Formats: sequence, structure tokens, C-alpha cells
Amino acid sequence: MSIGQDSLKPGHVGGISLEREERERLMAQPLWQVRLRLMFRSLRTNWALFAENKIGVIGLAIIAFFALIAIAHPILMGRVWDSNVYDPIIGFDPNEAIQPAPPSAAHPLGTDPLGRDVLSQLMFSASSEFILGLVAALITATIATTVGAIAAYFGGAVDVIFMRLADLIIMLPFVTTLIVLSSLFELDLPKLAVVIGLFAGFGATTVIIKSQALTVKVRTYIEAARVAGGSNWHIIFRHIIPNLLPLSFLYMMFTVTSAIFSEAALSFFGLLNIRMSWGLMIHTAQTAGYLLNPDTWWLIIPAGLSITLLCAAFYLVGRAMDEVVNPRLRKR
Amino acid sequence: MAEPVLTVDDLTMHYMTRAGEVSAVDNVSFALAEGESMGLVGESGCGKTSIATSLLKLLPENAHIKGGHIWFKGVDFAALSEDEMRKYRWRNISMVFQAAMNSLNPVYKVGDQISEAMDTHLGVFTREQTRQRIAELFQLVGLDPKLMEQYPHEYSGGMRQRAVIAMALSCNPDLIIADEPTTALDVIVQDSLLREMRLLQDRLGMAMIYISHDIAVIAEVSEKIGVMYAGRLVEWAKSEEIFHRPIHPYTAALMSAFPSVTGPKRELAMLSGEPPDLLHPPPGCRFHPRCPFATEICKEQVPDFKDHGGGHYAACWHPLGGD
Amino acid sequence: MPATEPLVKVEGLRKLFPLNRGFLRESNSFIHAVDDVNFSIPPGESLALVGESGSGKTTTGKLLVRLIDPTAGHIYLKADGTQVDIASIPGKGMKAFRRQVQMIFQDPYESLNPRRTIFDTVSEPLAVQGIGHVLEREERVAELLVLVGLSPPSTFMFRFPHELSGGQRQRVAIARALVIEPKFVVADEPTSMLDVSVRTGIMHLMQELADRLGVTYLYITHDLAVARYMSTRLAVMYLGKIVEMGDTEEVLRNPLHPYTKALLSAVPIPDPTLQRQPPDIKGGISKPIDPMPRCRFYDRCPLAAKVCEENDHPPLEDKGAGHYAACYLV
Repeated sequence: MSIGQDSLKPGHVGGISLEREERERLMAQPLWQVRLRLMFRSLRTNWALFAENKIGVIGLAIIAFFALIAIAHPILMGRVWDSNVYDPIIGFDPNEAIQPAPPSAAHPLGTDPLGRDVLSQLMFSASSEFILGLVAALITATIATTVGAIAAYFGGAVDVIFMRLADLIIMLPFVTTLIVLSSLFELDLPKLAVVIGLFAGFGATTVIIKSQALTVKVRTYIEAARVAGGSNWHIIFRHIIPNLLPLSFLYMMFTVTSAIFSEAALSFFGLLNIRMSWGLMIHTAQTAGYLLNPDTWWLIIPAGLSITLLCAAFYLVGRAMDEVVNPRLRKR
Repeated sequence: MAEPVLTVDDLTMHYMTRAGEVSAVDNVSFALAEGESMGLVGESGCGKTSIATSLLKLLPENAHIKGGHIWFKGVDFAALSEDEMRKYRWRNISMVFQAAMNSLNPVYKVGDQISEAMDTHLGVFTREQTRQRIAELFQLVGLDPKLMEQYPHEYSGGMRQRAVIAMALSCNPDLIIADEPTTALDVIVQDSLLREMRLLQDRLGMAMIYISHDIAVIAEVSEKIGVMYAGRLVEWAKSEEIFHRPIHPYTAALMSAFPSVTGPKRELAMLSGEPPDLLHPPPGCRFHPRCPFATEICKEQVPDFKDHGGGHYAACWHPLGGD
Repeated sequence: MPATEPLVKVEGLRKLFPLNRGFLRESNSFIHAVDDVNFSIPPGESLALVGESGSGKTTTGKLLVRLIDPTAGHIYLKADGTQVDIASIPGKGMKAFRRQVQMIFQDPYESLNPRRTIFDTVSEPLAVQGIGHVLEREERVAELLVLVGLSPPSTFMFRFPHELSGGQRQRVAIARALVIEPKFVVADEPTSMLDVSVRTGIMHLMQELADRLGVTYLYITHDLAVARYMSTRLAVMYLGKIVEMGDTEEVLRNPLHPYTKALLSAVPIPDPTLQRQPPDIKGGISKPIDPMPRCRFYDRCPLAAKVCEENDHPPLEDKGAGHYAACYLV
């Protein structure tokens, strides 16, 4: 598939051509395999750096725990639990005289005022919290990285527009704005994920990533890419953005924290159109009048603790990743 | 020579990295007399800066002196604690660091930074006396004393370098270590700075260790020269000896790798390979992988650093010019 | 020797940087980084551009590869029989131009993208120009790696820059510059950040490649000694102007301009038995901001006379046998 006279004749430059053995060794592995291998290798070194930091590993362990219980829930519902009793939304246990029932063998975390198993609710919500967090984080990272890179590279009017937009967004109080939005539109989980993603994406994260992009833009290898003939978009997508990815990934972790927390707050106020979440569990407790009652601790503590733990876990992972991302580690 | 002001005896310094132990300085020994100037020449990674920081015990946390002594006027620095060491730093030995022009604090006036150094280490002068002294120092290094009141960013590169040298001189040390003081400067500025440093040395009678990768610069300022390679001192002699009668093959290679502007156009000698990784240095003589004269013994045994006559030391199994 | 048509001919090249530019305000103060520079390089030869910081040599290099746009002047490049003025290439012509002219940068640690493999880096010019397909590019890159001494290529192809030493990285940079077979290469101090023992290897390599591939070089450096070994002709720059130009050995042996003499006498001699005279020059280098209409070297020149102050900067004239100098007094 060579392009006319632009095909590359072997041995053309300086009369050097490869020996057969060498050529075969080179062509032995297809390119994509090589790249995959390299990616795994760099993942392994990054993991080694990351793992040195205890807090990161603890954070990761907590995330793994919640991921496990999210996965375990459908299995339990399918095999072990009677869905009439244990369904997180419409289940009801007729054997319990008083609802909410305290923890027992049948219900390890008790039941809520509507007779639903608390543990089942907890496990069910875990998966939606994850999805919410990660979708929001992905949207944020994509927007912030692309916008940051473009604003930094082109400067001028483009830069001014996006930065003033970011200023506007930073000025708005986050949760309050979400509350206003939820009263105007009916927000469910997917819509909430998008809103949080957009908010964070065009806001502070963009400014941070743009300032990093500015430091990349003036590097010599960018000049070298331009001399090689690279167009502006080639430089942005092949050189600048790859160098921003570690930072984007880092801020994704913080966005997850923010998303989970905001959802909990909105659910607590009963402003979200969702069927079950940790925030909603606390909301249910509050509307039934059990919020500050120490005798019904199982209505609030498990949910509250889960929110705190998962948020903290992502934050810890983010902090530990800082070590990996920090250019201090660059070897000479 | 008379009692030397500094005697380094079998100094060994390693530092720990994630990947293992790096042998940065290995069994280095030399002596420096009062008022004498010495040059330490070598390429990046050879250990010359490591020796400087070891002498002042300004080592990072993961570095430690594994062996040897640093005798300074009868005191062994290697054995001193940090508190004890502080008494000697800047008063008896001071240092001009690499890219020192960047080590000036941008938010303080230059004069204030020097007086701070003096107050910390001497603490005996009144304000008036300090200013007087700084004015003298500035004149010594070729700066207008009025510049005391200005900030570092108002100085040019050459001026900043002179200011840093003035700071190093402020407590009248017995020994100054200058690590690549002219590397970032243009050649004409470098020339005047080198002349000033030689004059200063004569006038103040202090000893100087001059560290550089540029042998031409070292040749102009040093009476004695030590050639370092991969953490070891491979040759040590008077300057003329090093240049006209080098013993170690690396020294000879280094000489002929420097193109010259004057004189006939020589063929440049090429040294294949790169300086070794100090994490896993080659056994025996560390230069053997690149040495055209290497034989079996070079690969196995570390050559002794011995006197080949007239105070000309070298560590080589096959010294040039025979043994 | 028959006069050959020059490959590169620079005429009246100028680059001015505005100071104090406000959002809407026009600047009235300029740095004359490159001011009316003229030279030509015959094909297959090399010209060294020598000067201290602020002389304009790096800016000239960047102008020649169009990393910066010139304020005025022409840069004629003879490519494939036709002459093109690099200074005024429209956007569409840039890509074709990039096939003819390439650059080797000073810092081997910075000029390679740390997140891209050696293969990615060296094949980038090919990829961007749409030359060949992936397998062909792999083979071409491997050939280039062998050419620059990184053999066997399979051990280097998929490494990252931080796994290579400074000298090896610079070889990669050289491979990248040559992979699309340019006619003209600008080398901006390619050895100044390398160890001495590595430097000679790179210098030898560049010489060898120049002979083998018939590449024409512009070699930018502050080091006169290095310039001596790498070039056949030498041009000395001061504050944006060329003050002396000629055959390298001739200029070094018999400098005409007082600045060249000062530069030469400032170079340290690696021989402790020889004494060096101090350079005959006063004052420190300044920035060429809105220079006065007199010789740029006037305030530092040991020979400064009235004629130097009353007239414009002296033109670069042939003082005999192709040895040019810009001085009224020689």
C-alpha cells in the first residue's frame, strides 16, 4: 500500500540495509503486540511506585471491597435470598413485628421503616454509586483535558473564552446549583452524572490541566514535532494530551469523590429521581423521623459510613497517585 | 609540603536508591596545602560533585560516608555530627555550587543575603562593619558596591556568579570549593571571572578546589589536578605533568578529546562507550570496558593508586610511558 | 573550482521582537534579535554560526526552519531544481518544505517526547508526511538506527528516552532529523550538553553522515573549538549582525574583526604552561534593543574611532580572498 514515489526503498539512506536476521527479529512481533507489552510494563512500574505509599493501597483495598459487594449482590439475590423479602426496593419481611427491625440473623443490618433489608439496600446501591462516579469522572477528564490542551495551545480568544467560562463555573456553589437544577429538571442518575461531569469538566479541573498543558507546550520536543511537519492537531493529540493524561487520571479520582458526595446530598434532600442509593437510605430514615434516634443506628450509620469510606478511598488513591504523576520522578 | 590544610584519606561514599546502592565515591585520597589550588576534572557521574558535598557533609538523606577520613586542620569531618559540622561550614570551608546564580533568593536584596550569611556564622560585626566588609568583597570580585542594594534579577548571569563568590568569601574561609562556576557563562565573561578568581586566591591566600568537566578551564586555574572516573581518582599530579605526561589512558583520552582553537588541527580521539552505571560498576579497573589497553588483570583487580615519581599518582596496570 | 549554486541563500534576514506589547497598544520598542543577516551555503558544505548569548544565532537557526516567522528578508532554498523562498511560504507549502529542512536540537533530554518510544519519535516525520506504511517505516527507522550507530536496532526501537543515555538520545535525534532525507539540517549546539568523551563520537558521526548522505549543515555553537572541527566556513555573530565570515581555518588563524579577536583570546587553553593574553574588550554584552545608528560593537571596541560612531553599522565586506568583516578600520 505504498504511495507511489513515496514508498520507502530499503537500503536507500546511506546505503544501509538490514541483515535478514535483524529484519526478521524486528518483524517477528506485530506493532500492536509490542505496544501492548510496553503498556503492561509501564503499568507494572507505576504500580510499584504507587504501592509504596500505604494510603494508596488502603484506598484501593476499600474500593475493591465495595466493588466486591456490588458484584455479590445480584448473586445473593439470585441464589441465596428470597427476592420477596430481600429486594432492596420492594421487599418486605412479614416475620418482623416491628419495622424498622434491629439487626438479627435474618437481617444482619436490620430493616428500614418500610421493612426492607438494609444490607441488601447497601449492596445494591454500591454498583450505582460506582457507575455514577466513574461516568462523571470520565466526562470530566475528557472535557477538561481536551479543553485545557486546546486553550493552552492556541491561546488568544479561545483561551479567554474557556477560562472565563471556568471562572463562572468556579464561582457557582456546587451543591446549591445542583439543588436548583434538580428542582428545574427531573434528575436521575445518568443525568446527574452528566451534569456533574460537565460542571467539573469546564470548571476548576480545566484550569489546572491547562496550566500543565502550558508547561508541556514550551518543551523542546514540541518544537521538534513542529519541525518534523506535525500539524497543530497532531501536536495537541499526539504530544500534549498524552503528557496530560496522568494529571487527568488523578483528577478523575477527585471527581468520583465529588460525584458520590453530591448525589448523597441531593438524595438526602429527596431531590433525585432514583430508586435506591445510600443518600436515599438516610433520606428514608429522616422522613420517617428516625434521623437522630440512637436506637435505630442501623438506618443511618451503614449508609453514612459507606459514603464516607468510598469517597475517602478515591481521594486516598488520588493522593497516592500524585507521587506517580509528579515529574520529580523523572529519571535522567 | 607543609602541613596540608585538607587531607582526604580513602574516602568512600555511597547512596541508596530504589534500585540499589550507588557507589558514588570510592577510595579517594588526596591532599591540599594551604593556599594551593586544585582542580577536579571528570565527566558527569564521575563523583566530583559528590566529593564536594561529602567534604562539607551536605549529603542528602539517602547518602552516607561509608569509610575514610576527611582531615581538615587536624579534625576529622567524617566523624563529626551535624551540629559540630555547622561550626566549620562557611567559616572554614565554603562552597560555590553549580548554577549558583540560581541559588540567590529572589526576594531579598543581594547585600542582605550576604550579611545574613556573615551574621549567622561570625556574628561579631556591627551593621556598619558588615556593610563595609561587603563593599570590600564586592570590589574584590569586580562588582560595584552600589549593587548591594539591588535584587538578584537586576543582575546579569556573570554578576550573579560574582555575588555568589563574594558570599562564599565573606567569612574568610581557608578553603573554597567551586563547582562548575563558569559553565553557564559566555566565554568572555568566563575569562574575566577566572582571572578574578586567580587574583583573589593570591591575595587572600586561601586554598581552592575547582571542579569542572572542562580541562582547559582547570588548566588555567589549578596548580594540581585530580582526574576522576566513575567515582574513583585515577590520576593526581601537578598540572604540567597531567597535560604533558599523562599516565592513565583515560587522562590521555580526555586531553585528546578536547578540540582546540589554536595550533594545528588534530584528529580527535574517540572514546567508545559511555561512563559506567555506578549501580553496577565494572569489576577491577572501572575504565577497562573502554580502555584500548585493557587486559585480564584490569578486569579483575583494582589497580593501586600509587606514586609514579615526583608526586605523580595514578591507578593503572598499564601506565602510559611504561612503569 | 567552478562556483556552485548555493543550496541556502539568506538575504536581509531580520527578526524583531516587540517589547511592552499591550492588548491593543502597538509596541514602539523592539529587540533586534537578527538584523540584516546575509550568507549562503553551497550544497554539501557546512557553515558554523558562532556567537555568545544574545548574538542572534539561535534565532537565526529557528528562522531557517520556520519555527519563528521572519520580520523581513528572504531565505532561498534550492530544492529539486527550483528556488523557494522559505520566508514567504504559504501554509500549504510548509509540509513540503519540512521535507527539505530539518533540525537537531541542543538538549538530548528535552527534544524527545518521554512518553513515546524511539520508533514513534524517529518515524514521526515519515508518519506526518504520509510516507510509506507501517512496516516500511519500521524498516526505515531500523536502518537509520544502524546508520547512527544504535545497533542492533531491535534493542532500541521500542525503548523510551529515559532508558537511553545522553549520547544515545542525541543519536536518536540525529536519526529523526535524517529519516526523511532532508537536504539541509540546522544543528543547534548538538554537543554542548553531552559529556566530553561522548561529544567526539557525535561530532564524528555528524561528519560521517554529512559525507555519506551529502547533507548540508548549519552548525550553531558558542564554542569556537567545536566550530573548527565541524565546519568549512565560519560566521561570527554579535548582537544580531554577522561581523566576520570566511573560511574556518582562515578566520581562526587570522581574525580581522576586533570582536573575533577578543573571542579567540578568551578561549581557555588546555596547557598550563602557556600564558594567555586577556581579551581586548571592555564592558559587558547588552541586549540589542533599539540600537543606535552606529557600529553595534562601538562601546566595547578597543579600536573605536569617530568614523565608527558617526556612521551606520559597517557593511560586511570582502577584505580579500573571501574573508569578510564588518569594520571600518580593518
